[in-house]
Amino acid sequence: MMARTLLDKLWDFHVVADLGDGWSLLHIDRHLLHDLCGTAGLLALAQKGLAVANPELAFATPDHAVSTTPGRTGTTFEPGARLWAGLKELSQKSGIRYFELGEEGQGIVHVIAPELGITLPGVSLICGDSHTCTNGALGALAFGIGSSELTHALATQTLRQRKPKAMRIGFEGKLGKGVAPKDLALHLIGKIGASAGTGYAIEYAGEAIKAMSVEGRMTVCNLSIELGSKIGFVAPDETTFRYVQGRRFAPKGEAFERALSHWRSLPADSDAGYDRDEVVRAEEIAPTITWGTSPEHAIAIDQPVPDPAAVSDLARRKAWQEALDYMALTPGRPLEGTKIDWVFIGSCTNSRLTDLREAAMIARGQHVAPGVNAWVVPGSEKVKREAEAEGLDAVFKTAGFEWREPGCSMCVAANGERVPAGARCVSTSNRNFVGRQGPGARTHLASPAMAVAAAVRGALTDIRRL
Amino acid sequence: MQPFTGITGPAATLLRANIDTDVIIRIERLTSVVREQLGPYAFEALRYRKDGSEDPDFVLNRPMYRDAPILIAGANFGCGSSREGAVWALMAAGLRCVIASSFGDIFYNNCFQNGLLPVVLPEATVRHLAAQAEQGASLTIGLLDCAITLPGGEKVSFEINAARRQALIEGLDDISRTLRQRADIVAWQSRDRAARSWIWDLSDVDRQ
Repeated sequence: MMARTLLDKLWDFHVVADLGDGWSLLHIDRHLLHDLCGTAGLLALAQKGLAVANPELAFATPDHAVSTTPGRTGTTFEPGARLWAGLKELSQKSGIRYFELGEEGQGIVHVIAPELGITLPGVSLICGDSHTCTNGALGALAFGIGSSELTHALATQTLRQRKPKAMRIGFEGKLGKGVAPKDLALHLIGKIGASAGTGYAIEYAGEAIKAMSVEGRMTVCNLSIELGSKIGFVAPDETTFRYVQGRRFAPKGEAFERALSHWRSLPADSDAGYDRDEVVRAEEIAPTITWGTSPEHAIAIDQPVPDPAAVSDLARRKAWQEALDYMALTPGRPLEGTKIDWVFIGSCTNSRLTDLREAAMIARGQHVAPGVNAWVVPGSEKVKREAEAEGLDAVFKTAGFEWREPGCSMCVAANGERVPAGARCVSTSNRNFVGRQGPGARTHLASPAMAVAAAVRGALTDIRRL
Repeated sequence: MQPFTGITGPAATLLRANIDTDVIIRIERLTSVVREQLGPYAFEALRYRKDGSEDPDFVLNRPMYRDAPILIAGANFGCGSSREGAVWALMAAGLRCVIASSFGDIFYNNCFQNGLLPVVLPEATVRHLAAQAEQGASLTIGLLDCAITLPGGEKVSFEINAARRQALIEGLDDISRTLRQRADIVAWQSRDRAARSWIWDLSDVDRQ
């Protein structure tokens, strides 16, 4: 048999039928539903007179359109109330597990799925959300879909998909001091571009990934879609298995042992070939931040604002100029020291307990600069409770941060929580698109530690100097 | 789904790379505006000035392209968020075909679910077509011959998955096609329950 990659093994396993031309009918093992996509999908299914094929494989929780104000309910953000109530009612009616606000299990879908053991190595997992690739950190085939595909998956427990090409990105060497998984991902997107991954599934490998926690791998996989890849993953290893064992929906006892032997067969064969193979030296990565309106507009924090005049391609030069105009930045000036108004620590990229610990470590004994609004939004109810048990909430509150309820909040701005027009925000989220955090909002993507440093100084700051 | 066999008309050009689905349609519009009425909100951030008036320089505001059924776009068009509303907004704005050198993977799949044709062509060909379109050429997109025809008779062929093409031509819904494969799915699942019981044995977890 030909040597196979992780992608080959994950993909081939789930093929129910070959549809020709590289397309397959794929079985879906896990389906995550949130208030924005799930409610609409369940309604669309009912309108077609169809039932949910395998409700036991679906899990629902509200995250996108709910308020994260302390003491919130499902109706606090009034335009989202209908979606929250709809998700709850339709899930329960269909026999789908639903995690309510305030209950352990609620949170950002891509935070709760791994922490509850819903995401496992070797599963195919989907959600009507492009950051579903986050779940690939456990060695799952996980990808985002649109609403029609979502309805298709509810009705049939399958999807019609074209197999992507395989790309491996090896991060060799060790990450430097103050350099986080987020920096590694932003550095990569800055280096190879926001469309480099289009049509590929990306396997992250190498010494720096091996040494990384599962949570850190989630941050890296999360940003796959910002490289253009809807699928990103890491081969499951002992770190993964330790992470999975004991979680609520993970296999137990003898079933765990059987699962383990399947999971150990998933990593690529040693002589497997890739359609594209990239190596990045981890030592070369500095704390990284975005300056523009695409995640590929990422540079080391100690670099000057790029100059469009240096770009020969006219369309690209124009895009850079427009990005700088939108961001109100001047070419050639240092990025560091640029005054900021907002800081957002949260989102499926960086809202797990490890992220909050890193942020709290910098925040301890410091205070948010005058005039800066700084929020910490834990990724899930479980993260929130664990952080509070460690006293992290007190660290943040004492330092002048607002400690909020779990949800997507300011990353997606579909919940009334947004950065005001013209305001500048350092955000641990994943998208600095025009208007993403609210019309006219100016977003700089960075790691949790860099976000805290900016909050404390009131300006873009090199964490290595704080 | 709206069937699609072909279309002729002016082509608007928007050649910057990485136009994301947040820019194509704001998330808030999808919770407050019905699908068919999303047209005026497509490319909102690019289309209107701060005071809410139309920016006359934006291509879809120029009289010639206001009703263009074709968009020629930069690489990685439709990247970012999975929102299918991006496709709905483009279609509500009158578009039936987008030509680019590459598309966001999720957006690309979403197009086929709604009858919007995404055509992938090499960058140089996209620029050639854009240059013609900017001079006012009307393009004819044919799905039966898988070709784009220019007014002078020049033809540019494109490739598309045969099953996807057929579904577009007939306006066929994927769900009904897949439901016909129900027996295969059930057989796969029954084998899998034996091989990977841990995928399926979740029922007792809540009682533990």
